[in-house]
Amino acid sequence: MNELLRRLLFLPDQASTFARDIDQLHYFVIVTTFVMSTAVGLTTLFFFVRYRRRSETQTTPHIEPTWWMELGFIGTPLFFFMLWFFLGFREFVRQQTPPSDAIDVYVMAKKWMWKFAYPDGPNAINVLRVPAGRNVRLLMTSRDVIHSFYVPEFRIKQDVLPGRYTQTWFNAVQPGRYQILCAEYCGAGHSIMRGEVIALKPQEFEDWLSQQRRGLVARQDSSPTGLDFAPALGNLVDQGRRIAAEQGCLKCHTTDGTRHIGPTWLDLYHRREKLQDGSIIDADEAYLTESMMEPTAKIVAGFQPVMPSFQGKIAGPEVAALVEYIKSLQSDVVRTGPSEGPAYAPIRGR
Amino acid sequence: MRLSEADSARLAGALPQAPTYLQDGTTVLSWLNTRDHKRVGVMFLASVIFFFFIGGIFALALRMKLLQPGPYLIDAVSYNRLFTLHGVVMIFLFLIPSIPSAFGNFVLPLMIGARDVAFPRLNLASFYLYLAGAAITIWGMLQGGADTGWTFYTPYSSTTPTQVLPILLGVFVVGFSSILTGLNFIVTVHTLRAPGMTWMRIPLFVWGIYATSIIQILATPVLGITVLIVAVERFAGFGMFDPARGGDPVLFQHMFWFYSHPAVYIMILPAMGVISETVSAFSRKNTFGYKAIAMSSLGIAFVGFFTWGHHMFVAGQSTFNAGAFGILSMFVGVFTAIKVFNWVGTMYRGAIAFKTPFAYICGFLYFIVFGGMTGVALATTSLDIHWHDTYFVVAHFHFIMVGASVMGFLAALHYWFPKMFGKTYPEGWGLVAASLIILGFNATFIPQFLLGNYGMPRRYYQYPEHFQALHVASTAGGTLLGFGFLIILIYLTIALIWGQRSESNPWGSKGFEWLSASPPPTHNFDELPTITQMPHDYRTHEPPGVLHVA
Ligand code: HEC
Ligand code: HEM
Ligand SMILES: [Cu+2]
Ligand SMILES: [Cu+2]
Repeated sequence: MNELLRRLLFLPDQASTFARDIDQLHYFVIVTTFVMSTAVGLTTLFFFVRYRRRSETQTTPHIEPTWWMELGFIGTPLFFFMLWFFLGFREFVRQQTPPSDAIDVYVMAKKWMWKFAYPDGPNAINVLRVPAGRNVRLLMTSRDVIHSFYVPEFRIKQDVLPGRYTQTWFNAVQPGRYQILCAEYCGAGHSIMRGEVIALKPQEFEDWLSQQRRGLVARQDSSPTGLDFAPALGNLVDQGRRIAAEQGCLKCHTTDGTRHIGPTWLDLYHRREKLQDGSIIDADEAYLTESMMEPTAKIVAGFQPVMPSFQGKIAGPEVAALVEYIKSLQSDVVRTGPSEGPAYAPIRGR
Repeated sequence: MRLSEADSARLAGALPQAPTYLQDGTTVLSWLNTRDHKRVGVMFLASVIFFFFIGGIFALALRMKLLQPGPYLIDAVSYNRLFTLHGVVMIFLFLIPSIPSAFGNFVLPLMIGARDVAFPRLNLASFYLYLAGAAITIWGMLQGGADTGWTFYTPYSSTTPTQVLPILLGVFVVGFSSILTGLNFIVTVHTLRAPGMTWMRIPLFVWGIYATSIIQILATPVLGITVLIVAVERFAGFGMFDPARGGDPVLFQHMFWFYSHPAVYIMILPAMGVISETVSAFSRKNTFGYKAIAMSSLGIAFVGFFTWGHHMFVAGQSTFNAGAFGILSMFVGVFTAIKVFNWVGTMYRGAIAFKTPFAYICGFLYFIVFGGMTGVALATTSLDIHWHDTYFVVAHFHFIMVGASVMGFLAALHYWFPKMFGKTYPEGWGLVAASLIILGFNATFIPQFLLGNYGMPRRYYQYPEHFQALHVASTAGGTLLGFGFLIILIYLTIALIWGQRSESNPWGSKGFEWLSASPPPTHNFDELPTITQMPHDYRTHEPPGVLHVA
């Protein structure tokens, strides 16, 4: 029955301890709504058929409701609405009160990524690893505008505000992967501000945590997550940063504006680059890609043609990540990094 | 009800017919400079219909994009601008002024037996303020438009580089139009009622508009202040809502919803008034529970001021607040339910004629029950956690704002078309369009309820692929809906120009607006009618001439 209604109503899997209880109320509410609206509809239909106008000069009697009818009109909906409310509010209070034994994870939202930090060390971007079957409390804040942390399978959602902390909690019933969505409109990247909760078996979680503590790189987080959507912007940039380090690009290129073996990547995107043959070129995506695949095709003035070709060594998605990373390296935009407080400048005159 | 001697004489053909308000001056200037509430009403009607189609085009563009989960047709920022403009145009330029300013202006003075509103000059000023606000908004759109959503949440709205200022300013100015119209109606109802029209004989449409007006003058100033502060914050770096400057973003939400929740009743109460009138007229029955309907309008207007927090259950307010706002929202639902039961009761032992407005009444009843009950479901707090800011909310408010309010608007448009222009519209086409609209509407928004259940957040340019099927269904429905509206536009335009001359009271209605001729002469009545009974008393038959009971 639960399963049938859940599918009929297109509700996602019930992956947290709340989900089932909330859905139960959902079914009750939907069924009463349907019964009520059908009752109103059928009554109208009946009256319409029974009391059709029979002649153009027809007159009708004057009828007023009796007091007990009016009482029924008030009492019936009031009873049901209050019942809904009390059932719902009980659940709401439970949802608003994190249990004291919960493990804490700090969440920092910014345009357009999620950053998770565990009190004893590791950080992760867009991927939240939690142990299944344990209570997890999220303490959340935003670096810029309002975002909202939403996991449909858990039936939880909580706005993430700049300048203060909000909290929510959940208990994932079994290991699995669940999508995190941003539910509060936050600009151009709002719809791709997504992440993932990975609920691990408690032992696996402990292993992962101790591995992290031992300083092993947080590489797994950036491995392709196998979700059915394009990775979030923040994620792509981050992947790019990692690939750049792995592939050794950073041995020759800097990201801070200084000249090294190769030209700096800072402000490279759309830079008007002077080439050896004197021509000037706009460093757009096509050029950036070409520079990786066929570095000798266009040599930047003042540099040696020493860059190796990466043709066949890096694949399409990685090139995209690198390009995104290079694009993100703009000296006039906010940098990613440890919390620095709200990071945007007032805009004047518009 | 007794007719004045002059009116009876004129009816009998003894005196020459006074020119109708349409014939009394036909130059453009005579319209632009009019003090006649009927002409102001007609100018409002033309303007809101114009903006309805603009908003509709934006909506269709959005739906087209949503056919594909990835980037398609337009880019993310254009999409965000489009849904913002869609919301702003539909809410502030169409729905809020639609029934009150267009039909309220036209029929309210007729219904209470007045020659005009209390302040005719102010009435015209209200129209020009509306036009000015609309012009500023359009200018803002041409500059690129804002991308904040119609809710203008800070600190996004105080920091986005798009053109938020002109849009805010436009909303601010249109707000004044709304305040002035409300003020005018309240004074009119208090001071200009015809002899014999006691408070318990006021037609229910007037009650609806009266309750709306109270909300308009109490709540709209708060919106004015709020958008002004956002404007100053953008303009001068004033830190009221932006935490980076020491402000509180949630304060904005409180102030915004303190206006905007009551504002949703500005949008629905007039439509409820229309339904109260038409359900009686087409069932040819006295209103069942007149007092209950009238008082529940006031109840909604009052309680509606204390429910705004139901928009903020997950925004970080306290659990106690959430509970209080939740319970108060239930009461609003009860007031709405009372009306629904009484409307259905009105049909009992009536003499129902299934004309186009009646089709819209049926649509209205269904949409208000479903839309209202889903509203109450959202107010149960725990369910709202999952639904908040998803397509479920989008479907809820479209059910009420388009489903119910626009059905009310269309019922009014068809019911009063002969009153306003003295022409008949083609009944067959009317029913075709009504069925297309009701069908298309369901096909558009029922999938959106399911999308919301499924976890699809609103204001998403791209979306995970498993949502696509439902989005495609919704777009298909939206296309039907669009065709429905287009058909109405076409046949009403044709009827307006070439339509058959209609009778003075084609429906045999005993609503008081039919006490004057159709279309009414400039000053409505030579001598004010004397009211001796309730509106919609169908114990006697009414011939289709100017309403009068000997
Ligand atoms: C051995 C040093 C070296 C390595 C390793 C290297 N590059 Fe380069 N790169 C250069 C030099 C030198 C140039 C300038 C000459 C040229 O245009 O070929 C250059 C140019 C470029 C340019 C064009 C820059 C401009 O200003 O026009 C891009 C883009 C680029 N490299 C990307 C990469 C990426 C991505 C990687 C890693 C996958 C990488 N490089 C690895 C040396 C290197
Ligand atoms: C029957 C009484 C009603 C109740 C109890 C009710 C309840 C609610 C609740 C709880 C929400 C918040 C949902 C959320 O954001 O998570 C909501 C949203 C909304 N409702 Fe209603 N509602 C009612 C009637 C109406 C009416 C009459 C209208 C309009 C004519 C309306 C228009 C809206 C709009 C526009 C929103 C969404 C605003 C936004 O976020 O953009 N509602 N309603
Ligand atoms: Cu967002
Ligand atoms: Cu509300």
